[in-house]
Amino acid sequence: MILIQAPFLNLQALLDGLMVGSIFALVAYGMALVWGVMNIINVAQGEYVILGGYITFAVYKLGIHPIYGMPFSFLFLFILGYILYRIIVFRVVDKDMFISILATFGISIMIQQFMNMIFGSQVETALTGFGTIFLFDHNITLALVKVFSFVVSIIGAIAVIYFMKISKLGRAIRATAQNARAARILGVDTEKVYAYTYAINAGLCGLAGSLVAMTYTLHPYIGLPYTVRSFMIVIIAGLGNIPGVLASGLGLGALEEFSAYLIGQEFRIGFIFSLLVIILVYRSKKLAKKREYLK
Amino acid sequence: MTNILEVKNVSKFFGGVRANEDISLSIKQGSIVALIGPNGSGKTTLFNSIVGTHPIDTGSIKFEGKELSKMLVHEIPPLGLLRTFQQTKIYGQMSCMMNMKISKKVSNNYFKMFDTLPKELDDEAELILSFVGLYEKRNLRAGELSFGQQKLLELAMALMNEPKMLMLDEPTAGINPTLINGIINRLIKINEKYNITLFVIEHNMRVVMNLAEHIFCMAHGKMLADGKPEEIKNDKRVIDAYLGAH
Amino acid sequence: MKDKKEFTAIIAIIIAGIFLPSLMPVYRVQLSELWIFMVFASTWNIQGGKMGYNTFGNILFFGLGMYICASTQISYAFDLAEWTAAGGVKTFVHTVKQYFIGLPLGLLLAGIIPALIAGFLGSLILGLRGHYFAIGTLGIGIAAGEFATSVSIWGGGQGMTVPVWPKVDGQDLEILGGGMNFFYYLSFVLFIITFFVLRWLFSTRFGLILTAIRDNEDKAEAMGVPTMRYKVSGWVVSAFFMGIAGGIYGNINGYIEPTEVAFAGATFGVYMVLMTILGGKGTLWGPIIGALIFQVFKEFFWTFFLGWQLVALGFLIVIIVTFFPEGIMGWLRNNKPEWFGEVIDHKARLAQVKINTDD
Repeated sequence: MILIQAPFLNLQALLDGLMVGSIFALVAYGMALVWGVMNIINVAQGEYVILGGYITFAVYKLGIHPIYGMPFSFLFLFILGYILYRIIVFRVVDKDMFISILATFGISIMIQQFMNMIFGSQVETALTGFGTIFLFDHNITLALVKVFSFVVSIIGAIAVIYFMKISKLGRAIRATAQNARAARILGVDTEKVYAYTYAINAGLCGLAGSLVAMTYTLHPYIGLPYTVRSFMIVIIAGLGNIPGVLASGLGLGALEEFSAYLIGQEFRIGFIFSLLVIILVYRSKKLAKKREYLK
Repeated sequence: MTNILEVKNVSKFFGGVRANEDISLSIKQGSIVALIGPNGSGKTTLFNSIVGTHPIDTGSIKFEGKELSKMLVHEIPPLGLLRTFQQTKIYGQMSCMMNMKISKKVSNNYFKMFDTLPKELDDEAELILSFVGLYEKRNLRAGELSFGQQKLLELAMALMNEPKMLMLDEPTAGINPTLINGIINRLIKINEKYNITLFVIEHNMRVVMNLAEHIFCMAHGKMLADGKPEEIKNDKRVIDAYLGAH
Repeated sequence: MKDKKEFTAIIAIIIAGIFLPSLMPVYRVQLSELWIFMVFASTWNIQGGKMGYNTFGNILFFGLGMYICASTQISYAFDLAEWTAAGGVKTFVHTVKQYFIGLPLGLLLAGIIPALIAGFLGSLILGLRGHYFAIGTLGIGIAAGEFATSVSIWGGGQGMTVPVWPKVDGQDLEILGGGMNFFYYLSFVLFIITFFVLRWLFSTRFGLILTAIRDNEDKAEAMGVPTMRYKVSGWVVSAFFMGIAGGIYGNINGYIEPTEVAFAGATFGVYMVLMTILGGKGTLWGPIIGALIFQVFKEFFWTFFLGWQLVALGFLIVIIVTFFPEGIMGWLRNNKPEWFGEVIDHKARLAQVKINTDD
């Protein structure tokens, strides 16, 4: 089998996978945050990522090096997330989850279309010019921009987790996630917490998107795969399991790269969505043995 | 008199928690039996174990000689065993009458799914609803009933399903104290007139003493004592379990 | 009151359906789409409305039906691979006999095969609940489109053309006024059949159990209902009608493309959800009203908001879902309960529980 006969191919896939997976993990962490705190599945997650990417791309188009786009992407999406929460999302927070799925889905469609109208439907990248290094006698290529993304993702994740532990807002968020009613009684402004949580998630997506723009490619319609990836990661790892989310993100990245080598890049998206179904069915069948079901 | 239900050495662990440990009991057909014990002693878990809500870790459960422990939840009511819930479960958006009509026992034939509900069902439903005192409220949405009224509806729905044995989880909890005598009366009537065996979890000692022919007492997941009401009332272990329980 | 209103509405629809294409021949395609949309919404309603299982995957059956019907129509007379390889350069024309054997056969298979698939897939997927089911079916819907892009016998990403309406002596065959009319009436008839089947279905025990599953699936199981059987059967019914709808739509559209036409998850897949919610999910007429309003609205947007349609769609979704989740039927139910035979009996609300111990 090709996997066994080509150790370098394996290593390449693994490295590429971990590096793209770190971005998935960042986005997944954001989704877990919103899901855990507000019980909302943000279907617009992927669109926030791509939009963040386009912001960085715009910076790049202005002649500035794209890494300076990162703070802009984060900030823009942070503010947008906050605004969208205050206008739309707050209305569906306490309703049936399907309502919030549809509402965020509506938002995702609108963002998709705006991106299409403003940036066009060709594939774009924000070139960093970081170059590549070659290892093992040119058998492994390591695009330095991917390494950069990996490092930034990890730092970003650690920063947010630290923020959650230390800061006042972070603690308010965690309290609200555990018991919103108790938090309210203790004086926490839960609406504010929700708004900032949603904004932080959007910001994280924006940052991730910035990395995507530099490392991979942008297109108005590739948001949904990011949403689905983060959803998969969260359900594999479980909502409260932060190290699990990060690990699963890396794992999914690796799995995707391997599958791309095996069955071809053109099946990547089909693979992701099929994997989602397979994981869900497998999980539910396993739980059914205990006469339970996925909640 | 045969044993309609036989529970032998049933254990159920949730991780490290021993919710049910080596529980054995048997219930004579046609009797009224109570299950008492302080909160957290594993009574509802035992109910869940019997009707298949979760699989059991050890032991056997036989209803009329048939082994229940490997069956799925929906396979058990057709055998004649039904349970009601501590936190009421009813079809909230549908009217009480609808709740009743769907609860009618039907054959397992695939094509029966497409039968229209017969008119006679209405009469039967109304009869049982009056029996439990809910006739006036029969057209209201079930979700609009109070907690206690929902308990009555659950009882009525269970009766609609022609059970041989009913397992009731705290049937008088949340019921207006003035109605409790009426409930006791109804339960005794169900048992006498329709020969339905009753297995009841109860915290209200007055109800237990007036209703039960036999009592099982659990504590800390184990079976503590069982016997006639007079024996249990004076059993030191039972008294300690309630007083000492936190 | 309710029955008379319903009767009037049904008659109105039948009359409209029969005569509209003669009154507005320009809009025949949109009218055909209208009936197809009503089938979309009505079948989605079985899962989403009545049963509370919101699916994004019903488009799977639509797309499958489309491809299966066209493939059957084509391979009845020609070689399918040759046809798709020719890529629309129409050198193949069916004879009248070939066409009118291939088409019904195709439509039949378009209904049956997706129904069988629903039976199989349902046994796996319908064990999922709530949002897991929703997102899982989303996965199916999109994966189907992606994989169809690589099925070369179906033309892969380029898609394939559908058989042309047969000609007699160089002129289009004049049954019912030609191809456009023919398929219009086919979609209308499909809707009418679907409507009456669902109307019957919802009046049986089946319909009530679906609602019970929505309200409290655990209770239904605890009362001995073999819920899986009902869930899967409902999906099979949806799949059957969606498949045939797909077969008809493929013929109307003239060509089949995997992600935009057949497995059009991003458009049709979303429309069916939106239309049902707009009209009022869980009711028989809700999806119909929703589909009507949606189609009219959509055509309006199309002509006036060129370029912004999808933004408007997204906006519409947000507005409907946030402010009108009960839909039009829900609004009607709250404001005119008499129309539904529901009487708000305040006496009943205030009544005390009375147990007669003399029985």
